Amino acid sequence: MINKEVKNADEAIFDIPDNATLMLGGFGLCGIPENAISALIKKGVKGLTCISNNAGVDDFGIGLMLQTRQVKKMISSYVGENAEFERQLLSGELEVDLIPQGTLAERIRAGGAGIPAFFTPAGYGTEVAEGKEVREFHGKHYLMEEWLKADFSLVKAWKGDKAGNLVFKGTARNFNPMMAMAGKVTIAEVEELVEVGELDPNQIHTPGIYVQRIFQGNNYEKRIEQRTTKIK
Amino acid sequence: MTLDKIGIAKRIAQEVQDGTYINLGIGIPTLVANFIPDEINVVLQSENGLLGIGPFPEEEAVDADLINAGKQTVTTRAGSSLFSSAESFEMIRGGHVDLTILGAMEVSENGDIANWKIPGKMVKGMGGAMDLVASAENIIVAMQHCSRSGDSKLLKACTLPITGIRCVKKIVTDMAVLNVLPEGGFKLIERAPGVSVEEIKAATAGKLVIEGEIPEMTIA
Repeated sequence: MINKEVKNADEAIFDIPDNATLMLGGFGLCGIPENAISALIKKGVKGLTCISNNAGVDDFGIGLMLQTRQVKKMISSYVGENAEFERQLLSGELEVDLIPQGTLAERIRAGGAGIPAFFTPAGYGTEVAEGKEVREFHGKHYLMEEWLKADFSLVKAWKGDKAGNLVFKGTARNFNPMMAMAGKVTIAEVEELVEVGELDPNQIHTPGIYVQRIFQGNNYEKRIEQRTTKIK
Repeated sequence: MTLDKIGIAKRIAQEVQDGTYINLGIGIPTLVANFIPDEINVVLQSENGLLGIGPFPEEEAVDADLINAGKQTVTTRAGSSLFSSAESFEMIRGGHVDLTILGAMEVSENGDIANWKIPGKMVKGMGGAMDLVASAENIIVAMQHCSRSGDSKLLKACTLPITGIRCVKKIVTDMAVLNVLPEGGFKLIERAPGVSVEEIKAATAGKLVIEGEIPEMTIA
């Protein structure tokens, strides 16, 4: 067993430098690496390029790193829930690259899987296609899209063991498994860190080979964006 | 009388076939789920990684780790499954999802759709819309026939940045049901109760094809 355990988020992110490219798991605020984000704010690294499906909300998730002006560029599919984001974008402080969600997911997967490019129909005939190679296969047009990789991937799982094996819960899985594959250094935070042997190998979602550091997070807020309940 | 949002959702629900997998967009499409008859068995896909979306939870059962693509808390149905965003779009791109129902700002007479960006306004992103429209075999658009200022949203060509080309097959508006013809044109299929063919003609900027008597919709 290779022991990947580190003490906490500060120790896990200690060597993330200014201007690093990061991937951060999550869809909306669901399955985001809350502890690693807090540690990045404490460390104060600047000039970050963040690859994440969304950009958080004003006072939570990546939105917190926007408040502290630590993000230079966002690569996302949907960024609609954040007024500070909008302000920085319109003032030119922040660069944004918007990518169709399925293309984003597949580019990250390709990065982790060693596939430098692939063809997808998403965005053909739209402004997303500008500057991209188009090929026709079986009478349909496809765009060539390249892999995405990161210096560090910050992912969040429900459970993990000290060998870095991860299990996700509900729809908090989302982008986390592919991002774990596509980071040079992948840092996983989990709600419950267990000894090796305690997780059933049949139930592992992300094998430990993709994870370099793992720690048990604490004080998870797990904020809900749209609390919706059954109409009585 | 034009239809309200509930009316549009009810009419679209009649298009839903038994034994299919369906992706519902945000807004009117989400309402469609409420009007699918009990004897029709369908599985709803949420592109953030869930097949088998259930109803909204009871207050005490709210789970932050279980949301739909609109970020609303949901539940799972018996027989549901969970997966990553990559696998979710593999299902969509791979043609495994039978029907996509989504909203639009404009549709052109050759089936182009615009629904993600208004120049000069804050761009929020396309989310999964471009992947969905580029891949789905069967797309139904739910929309108002005209904008708030009274301009037709069924056009010869879209004026807004497009989301996908030649992909819309059917449109259900507050005034009519229309099919997009392969050779181009909106073929009028049904009228909303009390709406005349003349009114639909006046509200449609793109090519409108009318053949024979156009029946009124029946909405329970």
